Amino acid sequence: MSRPCLISIFIFIILVPAVFPMAVNASPLQDRLYDKYGVDLNGFIEGRQGWRLRDDPYEKDSSISEMRMQLDVSKDADWGVIKLKGDLVGDQVEEKAYAELRELNFAFSPLDFMDLKIGRQTLTWGTGDLLFINDLFPKDWQSFFIGRDDEYLKAPSDAIKGSLFFDLFDIDLIYSPVFNASRYVDGTRLSYWNSMLGRRAGQDFIFTDHERNSYFKDSEFAARVSKNITGIELGLYGYSGFWKTPEGLDSKEAKLWYPRLSAYGASARGALWGGIGNLEIGYYDSRDDRDGDDALVRNSEIRTLAGFERELASDFTGGFQYYQEWMQKYDSYKSTLPAGTAPKDEVRHVFTLRLTKLLMNQNLRLSLFTYYSPSDQDGYIRPKIHYKVTDQWAMEVGANIFAGKDDYTFFGQFQDNTNAHAGVRWSF
Amino acid sequence: MKRSAMIVIGLLGVLLTVSLQAAEAPTVDEIIERANLAAYYAGDDGRAEVIMTITDAQGRTRKREFVILRRDVVDGGQQQFYVYFKKPSDVRKMVFMVHKYIDKDDDRWLYLPALDLVKRIVATDKRTSFVGSHFLYEDVSGRSVKEDIHELVETTADYYVLKNTPKDPAGVEFSYYTVWVDKQNFMLVKAEYHDKDGRKYREVESLEIKNIQGFPTVVKARVRDLASGGATVSVFKNIKYNIGLKDRIFTERYLRRPPREVRK
Repeated sequence: MSRPCLISIFIFIILVPAVFPMAVNASPLQDRLYDKYGVDLNGFIEGRQGWRLRDDPYEKDSSISEMRMQLDVSKDADWGVIKLKGDLVGDQVEEKAYAELRELNFAFSPLDFMDLKIGRQTLTWGTGDLLFINDLFPKDWQSFFIGRDDEYLKAPSDAIKGSLFFDLFDIDLIYSPVFNASRYVDGTRLSYWNSMLGRRAGQDFIFTDHERNSYFKDSEFAARVSKNITGIELGLYGYSGFWKTPEGLDSKEAKLWYPRLSAYGASARGALWGGIGNLEIGYYDSRDDRDGDDALVRNSEIRTLAGFERELASDFTGGFQYYQEWMQKYDSYKSTLPAGTAPKDEVRHVFTLRLTKLLMNQNLRLSLFTYYSPSDQDGYIRPKIHYKVTDQWAMEVGANIFAGKDDYTFFGQFQDNTNAHAGVRWSF
Repeated sequence: MKRSAMIVIGLLGVLLTVSLQAAEAPTVDEIIERANLAAYYAGDDGRAEVIMTITDAQGRTRKREFVILRRDVVDGGQQQFYVYFKKPSDVRKMVFMVHKYIDKDDDRWLYLPALDLVKRIVATDKRTSFVGSHFLYEDVSGRSVKEDIHELVETTADYYVLKNTPKDPAGVEFSYYTVWVDKQNFMLVKAEYHDKDGRKYREVESLEIKNIQGFPTVVKARVRDLASGGATVSVFKNIKYNIGLKDRIFTERYLRRPPREVRK
C-alpha cells in the first residue's frame, strides 16, 4: 500500500472522529455569532481519496487524497452583504497544506435598478451543461478531472460586477483589472499530451506559462444583455481578454502563454416539448492569430451548442447536448502546421448525455455525465453516486473515465488518468 | 281566501327555504373554486417561514427550513413563488423559483450559489417530491382545478366531502382522491389519495388552522405515506399577507441576490 493511501486512511480513522465532536459543537458558536453580531457561519469538513485505475508512468498512483475544511462567513446588513469563503486543504498528493480564498466580496445596491458586487467571486452565465461558450470565467479543469466536488470546477474571479435592470432588458458588466486564468492540466497531477515532446508527459514536464499579471494592461471585460420574454431567456454576450487556457506556445522558452481573445455570442433557453431546450453560439476572435497562420497560437473559432433536457420518469431526468468547435482559417492552419504533427479536424463535434436518478426521498442521487466526440474519437464518462446519510453527513463515490483512439485528442490525452474516488463530507 | 292565502304563504315558505338552502349549499364548482382560493390565493401575496420535518419509514428524520414568498398575478390563476433555503447547510442559500401557469407547464429555476449558477429545471411532472419530503410540488403550489372531475359525495355537519377523479389518469399515480372542505371557511382539512387498486395510500391533513389578517391559514400540515410509513410535517411561522411583493422579485436578479423579504 502506498504512503499517501496510508496517510488518508489515517485521516479517515483518526482525524475525522477527532474533528467530528468539534463540528457538532460548532452549532452553539454559530448561534452565538448570529445572535450577537448577525454573522452567519457555515461550512464543511471533507475527506476525499482517489485512485488511478490505470498505470501512468508520469504521475503518482493516488489521483486525489485530501482533507478540506471550508468556512463560509457572511454578514447581512441593511447596506449590503459581505461574504468570505475560504478553504483549508491538506493535500497528500502534492504533499502540501494550503489556504485558498474562494470568495471575499461586498454586494450592495447603490440604486434601485443597480446591483454591484466587488471582490473575489464566482461568476457564471450561459446555457450549457458542463460545456461553456460565452461563460469565459475561469474554470479549474484539474479539480474537475481528479474528482473534487463540482463546486470546484468554477475558479474564483477578482472582479467588479455591475448589473443594471431596466424594463426592456438587463445588463451585466464585469471588469477584472487583472486576468483570471483557468487552471489547466499542466502535468502536476494529470498527464497530458505534450506537443513539444510529441508524447504524453506529466511530472517530467510541467508546463508553466507566461502569467498575465500586470494590472489594467492584462484586464478582462465581459458583458451580457439579457431578457426574459414569457419564460424564454435570451442573452447577448461580449468578452474582451485572453484565452482562458494558455492556447499559445512559446517554443523558445518552452512555456505556454495566453493569446488575446474577444468573443461575441448569443443564447436562448426556454420550455420545449415538455422539457427545457437551449441554444448558444459564440464567435471566438483569436486576436493574436487572426489569419490563422501562426501554428503556435490557436485559431479563431465558432462554437455552437444545442441542448435538450426532460424528465424521463419520476425523479429521473435526461439531458442531451450537441456541441461543436469550428476552426476558422483551417487552410492556413493546415499549411503552417509543423511537419509530423497530426492535424486537428476543422470541426470538433461533441455529444453529451446526462442522466440523473433520485431515490430514497431524494437522498440518493445516481448520476452519469458523458462526453463523446465522434470527430476526435474520444470520450469522458463521469458516473457518480451521492448519498445524504443525514442532513449533515454525505458520502460520494465517483469516477472519471477517459478513453480515446489517439493520444493527442482533447479527452484521449487523459486516458491514463482514469480514476475513481470516494469522499465523506460533514456540513455545518 | 284565507285558505288560498295560506297556500301562497306556504308556497312562499317552501320557496324561501329552497332558495335559502341553495344559498347555503353551493354547487360543486363553487366549493372547488372557493377551496382553491382559500388554500392557495389568500391575499394578493404572502410570506411564510417553513420548517419541514421529514420522517422516513425507518423513523430517521431530516429537516428543511426555508422562507417562501408567493405573489398572485391573477387571483385564482397565474402565480409566482420564491423559496429561499436556510437549512440544512448543504442547501443553504439555494433558491427555487416558480412561475406557475394554469394552461401550460410552469417555469422553474434553481439557483446554486456555490457555482453562481441559474439552472432551469424541468417541470413536467408536478407529482414528484418537493425537496425530498412527502409533499409534492402540487401540494405546495396547488393542483389545477381543471385537471379533475369533482363530485360532491357527502355533506356532513361540518364538511363538504368531494371525490376528485383525474381527467388524465395516466399522468398521475392516484385513481382518485377525496377531500374534506370546511363548510364555514372552505379550508381544505383533509385529502385522501387512493391508488389504482382503490387502496388509500396517502393522506394530507391540515393539523392546525389559524386566522391571520382575516385569512384562515394552515399553520401546521402533515402528509402521511400510508404505504411506506413515512411522513412529513410542515410548520408555518411568521406568516404575513399583502406585504406588497413586487413582480421583479421573481426574476434572475433576485435569484443571484436574494431580497430582504427572505434574508431576515
